[in-house]
Amino acid sequence: MREITFSQAINEALKEEMRRDPMVVTWGEDIAAIVGNFGVTKDLLDEFGPERVKDTPISEDAIVGLALGASLVGVRPVAEIMFSTFLGCCMEELANQVGAIRYMNGGQITTPLVVRTCNSLGRSGAAQHSGRNEAWIMHTPGMKVVIPATPYDAKGLLKTAIRADDPVVFFEHALLYYQAKGPVPEEEYTIPFGVADVKREGSDVTIVAYQVMVHKALEAAEILAGEGIEAEVVDPRTLVPLDVDTIVKSVKKTNRLVVATEECGRAGVNGEIAFRVIEEAFDYLDAPIVRVTAANVPVPFSPTLEQYIMPKTEDVVEAVRRLIDGG
Amino acid sequence: MTLGKHKYAELYRAMLRIRRFEETAIDVFSQGKIPGFIHSYIGEEAIATGVCGALEPTDYITGTHRGHGHCLAKGMKMDRMFAELYGKATGYNKGKGGSMHISDFGCGVLGCNGIVAGGIGLATGAAWGSQYKKDGRVVACFFGDGASNRGSFHEAVNMASIWSLPIVYVLEVNGWAISLSTGDAINLTDLTERAKSYGIPGVGVDGYDVLAVHEAAEAAVARARRGEGPTLLVCYAPRMRGHEEGDPQQYRPKADIEKARKNDPLPRYRSWLLDNEVVDESVVRAIEEEVEAEVALAVEFADASPYPAPEEALDDLFVEEVR
Repeated sequence: MREITFSQAINEALKEEMRRDPMVVTWGEDIAAIVGNFGVTKDLLDEFGPERVKDTPISEDAIVGLALGASLVGVRPVAEIMFSTFLGCCMEELANQVGAIRYMNGGQITTPLVVRTCNSLGRSGAAQHSGRNEAWIMHTPGMKVVIPATPYDAKGLLKTAIRADDPVVFFEHALLYYQAKGPVPEEEYTIPFGVADVKREGSDVTIVAYQVMVHKALEAAEILAGEGIEAEVVDPRTLVPLDVDTIVKSVKKTNRLVVATEECGRAGVNGEIAFRVIEEAFDYLDAPIVRVTAANVPVPFSPTLEQYIMPKTEDVVEAVRRLIDGG
Repeated sequence: MTLGKHKYAELYRAMLRIRRFEETAIDVFSQGKIPGFIHSYIGEEAIATGVCGALEPTDYITGTHRGHGHCLAKGMKMDRMFAELYGKATGYNKGKGGSMHISDFGCGVLGCNGIVAGGIGLATGAAWGSQYKKDGRVVACFFGDGASNRGSFHEAVNMASIWSLPIVYVLEVNGWAISLSTGDAINLTDLTERAKSYGIPGVGVDGYDVLAVHEAAEAAVARARRGEGPTLLVCYAPRMRGHEEGDPQQYRPKADIEKARKNDPLPRYRSWLLDNEVVDESVVRAIEEEVEAEVALAVEFADASPYPAPEEALDDLFVEEVR
């Protein structure tokens, strides 16, 4: 099978869905003329024209607000928020409008919009360009949260997101756009929400990870395999809905759980995953659940500082060793 | 007689429906039948009436936390509105929205909004959708002077201007953002000047004068429908009551309240209709009786309606439910 990058996969999904449905449009900062920071919107302006591919002013609140309004009258907007830290500039629209409006109106309407954004820890972006803000959205009722790790997952899930009648916040990652390359079929496919993917099978420990941490968990699993420890890597791929069943099934098999995420550890997705496992598989755990996350500080600039606060492959390896030794 | 007898009479009916709805809502609120709180549109009737009177039934509006008037003027029914205020299952939002978030998408009401300026981005997006679909619809977006201080207003109006969107921004200047006077919040006496920074027309009218509002709204709506872009329609209508029911307004000079009440737009329009023999008194009285009957039936409907089953609290979040 051919291999393409994560960026190309997103690009293909956008193109295919825009060809399929004239109501799909896209707007954001610097996405039309210069095709975005990571080439994600390449060729879209040429193929679909300025009516459907729009550069906006630096107005994150309006980017999301307008997407919501357009979705109420039959358009299916895909809005881009350049970095997920900028979700802070439009959280009002997301939390109080996008997430609430269908429910608040007794289900009178649907809001088929997608907000694409990009996590970016690990690029010396410092505190304001190194977001991992999926927990904000996951915590807020009314939005689905998609967070793929591979080109294959990114393409199939974005197509599902664009066709969904519910609002979706779709998290990409700046380090994956060009570095994650993988097999993607030429033919049409979609991936349903709420179906985790077991990225590696193993019998000794379950590592739940998403996005960049999937790749680090797989690296860690290879190192651990050399020590005779077989790790199973489960990638939930979507956080809302969350495929608890697949995670629990894995934990029931391995009896040990590491949750590895790039977010600040406190009050995050990692805690939610751990709690769901405690609720459904407490008796199967042979050892306490361990988490590997970033430190609870704003992200520092200098590579030495940033590396120190980031969760790394070695941290995952070390966490598993401690778990096995302690268990 | 540019509008015709029937239209003049219907503008009176529309204003009176709002006034009597609100007076009745205040009454049943004081009886404890309405949970939460209510912000009455009393005094602002001429604005929603004048603007919605210039719209087609297929056009859209967004309202505010003080939005009952917007809904009624756009044609929503009193019975399901009262039921929503009560939190009943028969309400427009099935009891999930209440006074501040009432909506009827079928009627073109894309929702009232409890966040000040919260409806402005959404309204602008709907206008974008109409422009994209070329369906000829126009959006009227209502908000207050307090909302014009929020960033959401700035971002959305700027976007509507650069893209020439078919929308009319209706700025209701009631003089107060809860307890802060407009003068203490905005360093302008003429709020139409706000429009200049977006390169769009700003038109100021007496928001107590339904005919002035209607005339200005017709021009703004026509401009929007012609594809020439948004207008900021600034309607001055001092708040006649507290921010919400039960607000004693201790922060506000008594003379300011008295002045507002003396200029009450409703008797003013009624007198204009009769003094100028625009319509017969019998017509006015018939409207008054009909509105009384409509309000009475609506309250009866709300009283008799059931509350939603508690577990309905878990419905309506997603189209495809998630666990």
